[in-house]
Amino acid sequence: MKNRLSLFAGPYVVWMALFVVIPILMIVFYAFSSADGGFTLDNFTRIGEYLPVFLRSFELAFLATLICLLIGYPISCALAREGAQFQRIAMMLIMLPMWMNFLLRTYAWMSILENTGLLNRFFSAIGLFDLINSIFGTDIQYFKMINTPGAVVLGMVYNFLPFMILPIYSVIVKLDHRLIEAARDLGADSATVFRRVTLPLSLPGVLSGITMVFVPAVSTFAISQLLGGGKQMLLGNLIEMQFKGAAYNPYLGSAVALVMMIVVVICMAVMNRFGEGEEQAVVL
Amino acid sequence: MKKTVSLTVALALSAGLLAGCSGTASNPGSGSEDRVVNVCSWGEYIDESLISEFEEQTGIKVNYQTVPSNEELYSILSLGGANYDVIVPSDYMISQLIEEDMLAELNYDNIPNFDLIADRFKNLSYDPENKYTVPYAWGTLGIIYNSSMVDEEITSWDAMFDTKYADQVLMINNSRDALGIALMDLGYSVNTDSEEELQAAYERLAKAKEDGVYQAFVMDEIFDKMESGEAAISTYYAGDYLSMLQNNPDLKYVVPEEGSNWFVDAMCVLKDAENKDEAEEWINFMCSTEASLRNMDYIWYASPNEEALEQYPAYYEENYGEPLDQELYEIMAAPQEVLDRCEAYLVRPVETRTLYNDLWTQLSI
Amino acid sequence: MKNKPSVFSRVFMALVFVFLYAPIFVLIVFSFNDSNSRSVWAGFTLDWYVELFKDQQIIDALYTTLAVSALASVIATVAGTFAAIGFYNMRRRWRTPLMTVNNIPMMNADIVTGVSLCLFFVAAFGLWSTVASWLNANLGTALPTTLYLGFGTMLVAHITFNIPYVILSVMPKLRQMDKNLVDAAQDLGCTWMQAFWKVVVPEIKPGIVNGLLIAFTMSVDDFVISYFTAGSSTANLAMRIYAMTKKRISPKVNAVSTLLFVTVLALLIVINVREARQAKAEERRKAA
Repeated sequence: MKNRLSLFAGPYVVWMALFVVIPILMIVFYAFSSADGGFTLDNFTRIGEYLPVFLRSFELAFLATLICLLIGYPISCALAREGAQFQRIAMMLIMLPMWMNFLLRTYAWMSILENTGLLNRFFSAIGLFDLINSIFGTDIQYFKMINTPGAVVLGMVYNFLPFMILPIYSVIVKLDHRLIEAARDLGADSATVFRRVTLPLSLPGVLSGITMVFVPAVSTFAISQLLGGGKQMLLGNLIEMQFKGAAYNPYLGSAVALVMMIVVVICMAVMNRFGEGEEQAVVL
Repeated sequence: MKKTVSLTVALALSAGLLAGCSGTASNPGSGSEDRVVNVCSWGEYIDESLISEFEEQTGIKVNYQTVPSNEELYSILSLGGANYDVIVPSDYMISQLIEEDMLAELNYDNIPNFDLIADRFKNLSYDPENKYTVPYAWGTLGIIYNSSMVDEEITSWDAMFDTKYADQVLMINNSRDALGIALMDLGYSVNTDSEEELQAAYERLAKAKEDGVYQAFVMDEIFDKMESGEAAISTYYAGDYLSMLQNNPDLKYVVPEEGSNWFVDAMCVLKDAENKDEAEEWINFMCSTEASLRNMDYIWYASPNEEALEQYPAYYEENYGEPLDQELYEIMAAPQEVLDRCEAYLVRPVETRTLYNDLWTQLSI
Repeated sequence: MKNKPSVFSRVFMALVFVFLYAPIFVLIVFSFNDSNSRSVWAGFTLDWYVELFKDQQIIDALYTTLAVSALASVIATVAGTFAAIGFYNMRRRWRTPLMTVNNIPMMNADIVTGVSLCLFFVAAFGLWSTVASWLNANLGTALPTTLYLGFGTMLVAHITFNIPYVILSVMPKLRQMDKNLVDAAQDLGCTWMQAFWKVVVPEIKPGIVNGLLIAFTMSVDDFVISYFTAGSSTANLAMRIYAMTKKRISPKVNAVSTLLFVTVLALLIVINVREARQAKAEERRKAA
């Protein structure tokens, strides 16, 4: 019985080999190839030149993840304290934007952040610029918001915040309150309860949330393209550029993708080790 | 229970779609009844009513796609798996594609309207025997600026690098044009292979980028940004300037004193195109005088069709009840003395192309 | 712990919701703007909706999105369910490495998955071209020699990234299932097949449905993987929107957003109302 049912996985194992393993091997193969088909390490030796892109990507993605965590954790705790009906509606409202394509959500920010965008028009209408200019003797017409690293981080936070809230909330809402009460009864103050009980128990959700925000953030190319004005090149843009963009070189693109993949896997492995290998199966 | 509801919805949807799918899943192979042609062009580069007219006239379905730049088109073609039939690259890219044996020789018997193309647009250097191409449009590259945001009259490429205009300048987002602008500003030829000259051009761009001159690197996003006054100065093509002018009369166009680039974009058919006959029919349709006139009126790029080029001012007057400003006509169809100041891009050898790619990637970092 | 939520936490929540919804509100408002400006209001119009329904490319893209998502999620759900049952019944020695491979598409950045599949498809097409020409020459078949990226490759890609999510949501249900149930059914005279359909499937059904929904959502929302695998002649809505943001932007984009938002909102409300009603009915039954 046991063995017969295990054969059910057979077709999928073949499928995985074809469409997961071989494609990854293709990337490896391309990364070690040159344009004329020979073996080369050039693609990797050249990666040093792109160090700033790696640093910028990891920096912005880290920032976005941190902000998501700083917003997502407290709001999950706050939500878990509300009534059932409130929680249901609030969760619906948090998930709703996820059903709209992220490009649309990003595009919305373009019209808000532009130099002649809504926010700047609003500031101008309430006389903010006149006020600043009269106090400081400057000549400001607008705040520069779009095409800055800040705008890219904002875009990431906006798009990926629900990915942080959902797993954390789903862990916190299931927390056994008796544990917290027990800790209280044993004389722990709120801070200690949080540090010794709530936080450790919600860690799987937090780790899951971090993964779900960090990975798409570090590899995005659309957000940085739309909100960064082509000046905030991230790893995603670098890769896209070599495949479908303005500087065709899939060999270099593959090498960058491979290195990015490895670095991300290492980051995640380290983080999960830190979370004591909790199986993190909290999706949605 | 909510899950049952959603499941029903999903299943109902998929059942309907599966049924519909078999109808539309036209395999692009031969033998199928539906004739199609896959066209790839630039954005804002056709009067879309021409597409539906062609479809009605011939029964051929046009799959019309766009890419932003020659370089991106080249990437998509090289990577493989794209099934375009007709593409509309610029001169230097055409040479490169011919060199790499990616284009099909055309059967000009199927394109009788090719005779309408002015002689000066035939047998150009990118296709000396004119075996592969039919010109689509031509024009110049120049500086577009908003006179309500810039106090002086701009005459030089220097404006594209001037810190005075920090955060007000849009740089064009493709390697050939961007490095070309820097080369011209430095007084070099746009067709140089000299590593030092290209390096110097790169430095010029990198310095300006470092100094915050560039608000963004854009291609067709430029329309919105220039029309709404989001940016003051940019470089783009003459036809697109005229199109922006309709929405913002403060915009000015200048072919800088250092000279500029003039280009021809031509229709070609890819070597492994599956719909070559349909492709040639499309090409023939697009270079008829009637289509050229309408297209010119819509995209504001000059047509290489001699009749259309001559008749356009009259066509304009008839349609809009006022004469066409001669100045605008000369921006669209640059007179010979302007073209004499301009240089066409020629295809560069592989080493230079690699250098272009490398410098461009570096600049983007 | 169940102390009343403080004013501070309510304000904080309100701020987060404003942050989440302000941009969407802006999108919706400007879909009714009688000008193509995205920041200056020039009066009310419905023109952009009319334009939208006339835009064949967007209609095609919407159709492609729904077709790919529906097909991919259904296929992935069936395949993923079988795969999950298979994995569950496997010896640990085999299961662990296979589950690791299974997790790759979920853990990997979308762009890596997209690019890798793109390279794979193109290479496979090259191989096919050789095989097909050989067959055509030697066996007189009429196989197409050149294949293109398109609907088929996009579908394969979507199935590939969907299956792991289905497995992820079916697996826990299998673990919760009482292992003796299948044996009991067989003892009572069920055939092996009947035991599977009548006992196993109903037990894990919530997981299957959940997996289907997740897969459908992932497919509808996908941009990056489609972008690299759909080729030139097929585009889903996300790809079309991306292409639109690279051109002169038309408020048609806003109109699309509004319609999407309203559809999803309506769906969610219907589901929630039903759920609430059922919950209430259940309570009443319990009370009675």
